[in-house]
Amino acid sequence: MAQNSEPNSSGASIKSVSSAASGKAVLDGLTPDPVQLAGQEHFDAVLAKDSRVEPKDWMPDAYRRSLVRQISQHAHSEIIGMQPEANWITRAPSLKRKSILMAKVQDEAGHGLYLYSAAETLGTTRDEMMDALVAGKARYSSIFNYPTVTWADMGAIGWMVDGAAICNQVPLCRASYGPYGRAMVRVCKEESFHQRQGFEILLELANGTAEQRAMAQDAVNRWYAPSLMMFGPPDDDSPNSKQSMAWNIKRFSNDELRSRFVGMLVEQVKVLGLTLPDDQVRFNEESKTWEHGPLDWDEFKEVLAGRGPCNAQRLERRRTAHEEGAWVREAAVAYHQKQQDKQKAAA
Amino acid sequence: MTPHATNLGDSSASATRITPGNALRPEDIVEATRLGTVKPSEDVAEYALRLGDDALILAQRLGHWISRGPELEEDVALGNIALDQLGHARSFLSYAGAAWGKTEDDLAYFRREPEFRCAHLFEQPNGDFAVTIARAFIVANYQFLLYRELSKSTDSMLAAIAAKAVKEVDYHLDHSTQWVLRLAGGTDESRRRMVAGLNLMWPFVGELFQDDSLTARLGAAGVVPSSLKDEFDRSTGTVLAEADLDVSALHMSTGGGRAGRHSEHLGFVLAEMQVLAREFPGASW
Repeated sequence: MAQNSEPNSSGASIKSVSSAASGKAVLDGLTPDPVQLAGQEHFDAVLAKDSRVEPKDWMPDAYRRSLVRQISQHAHSEIIGMQPEANWITRAPSLKRKSILMAKVQDEAGHGLYLYSAAETLGTTRDEMMDALVAGKARYSSIFNYPTVTWADMGAIGWMVDGAAICNQVPLCRASYGPYGRAMVRVCKEESFHQRQGFEILLELANGTAEQRAMAQDAVNRWYAPSLMMFGPPDDDSPNSKQSMAWNIKRFSNDELRSRFVGMLVEQVKVLGLTLPDDQVRFNEESKTWEHGPLDWDEFKEVLAGRGPCNAQRLERRRTAHEEGAWVREAAVAYHQKQQDKQKAAA
Repeated sequence: MTPHATNLGDSSASATRITPGNALRPEDIVEATRLGTVKPSEDVAEYALRLGDDALILAQRLGHWISRGPELEEDVALGNIALDQLGHARSFLSYAGAAWGKTEDDLAYFRREPEFRCAHLFEQPNGDFAVTIARAFIVANYQFLLYRELSKSTDSMLAAIAAKAVKEVDYHLDHSTQWVLRLAGGTDESRRRMVAGLNLMWPFVGELFQDDSLTARLGAAGVVPSSLKDEFDRSTGTVLAEADLDVSALHMSTGGGRAGRHSEHLGFVLAEMQVLAREFPGASW
């Protein structure tokens, strides 16, 4: 766990570093801001110790911006990601499945809330992030722009999409920014439940009727490549990765995580008795990594750029919910204000 | 018997067990009825079917809000209420089904509209958030009183289901009460919408408190609906007075849901809920 888990304790430590480092600023002859210099020194020391940066700590603007971008994109992905699954809540084929699916989609709203809160500690507001999302100015995980056309998609999303998310997010529990890392701990616990329920759906279908089995295989076929692409572009085409790793936000490269994920799928698909739609999957004994067939990165970029099958629909649904809910949010604020006025008048 | 104290079935082995601790789960009820330790009488089963259908159809309605709420917090809150209702529905339907050799899914997915026993209130479309809150406010007040009384039922399983449910409905009551106050006392628009929501939903109150031959026969195993009406009027009246809302001039509809005569809306709810299960009859999910 983080050594500086309390904002106050790390806030106090800035002061001591600040006074200790003040002489160094003069030596440079550039008269940099001593607070900034001390802050940078403290920040570097925290990263060197693999400890946590906390909200009140000084941090480089680029680090802050990068985190806001990453955490808000992550939050948006949770919120937009509710839609493809909510699509099947009212049609879930058994009450037990309906109950599990509802709980899962509800968890995702909760994840969105923790993550927006984590991003808010960096000085942005949820309203700003939500406005950027509904204005189409923010990104979210491109995979949620694919449609969920059969019930088996609930299984494939849980098993593969949430499985990929877990591979990505478990290392993020150790991210250098405290609120993000801690949010990830809780998110990962719930994601592992999500993955198991997805696997269970596919297992039931794979052991069901011929039609159910075909439905399961079809879903695995459709979600395989998009789930592999969730890890982001190959390492040699991933501009932000290097800096993110230097800041101890990201711990493993896109390709490392993708390879690990493929290895997991290879074993688990055997239990399902289904196949992966990729005849080039193999374990490379030399590099000790799993390799897979080529992925269509042009398609990935198209979807990311807003030209996927459901981009417009997903954004429109979020925008509608947001706009149709405006009068409710305004009412809550107005009521709160009136109550406060009453209390003041009574006091 | 006290179902809480038993440790039945292997459902705890499920990777997706969603009820923590040793709370009563539908799987426990199935197991208890399978072992023959409890079996509902025909009348108790009919009664459980009514309560189960109310909760099921409301859960189906509320489930639609998830990802469409006015705030993320409301996606979570309405989702939670939907989940609670679905849990109650599963328990009541599992218990009812034991009388006829049917599962909760047989009852939910393979009955026709006239075989459903829900009251009209639960079938009503969500409308806007104020309409949903108006319905939720009526339901929570009704179910809170109902389950509180039913937890004293001479039928131990009905009592156990109700005892668990009343704790959850207590939260639903708080949620809907707070929103009635906020919307009525918020902005002009929210007040207008809250009034419109109550105008739409209040007529369905009357049906909830109608007695019939079944509730008469059940005696102390059930709850006589009309016996709850005075307290319902008092509990809702207090909140409505604080919100400066008046429902006294609203008429009451005749109902008919308990006898299988439904509103215009139930057929659509069932069509959507049942479509996949009916496409693959006999399949396991």
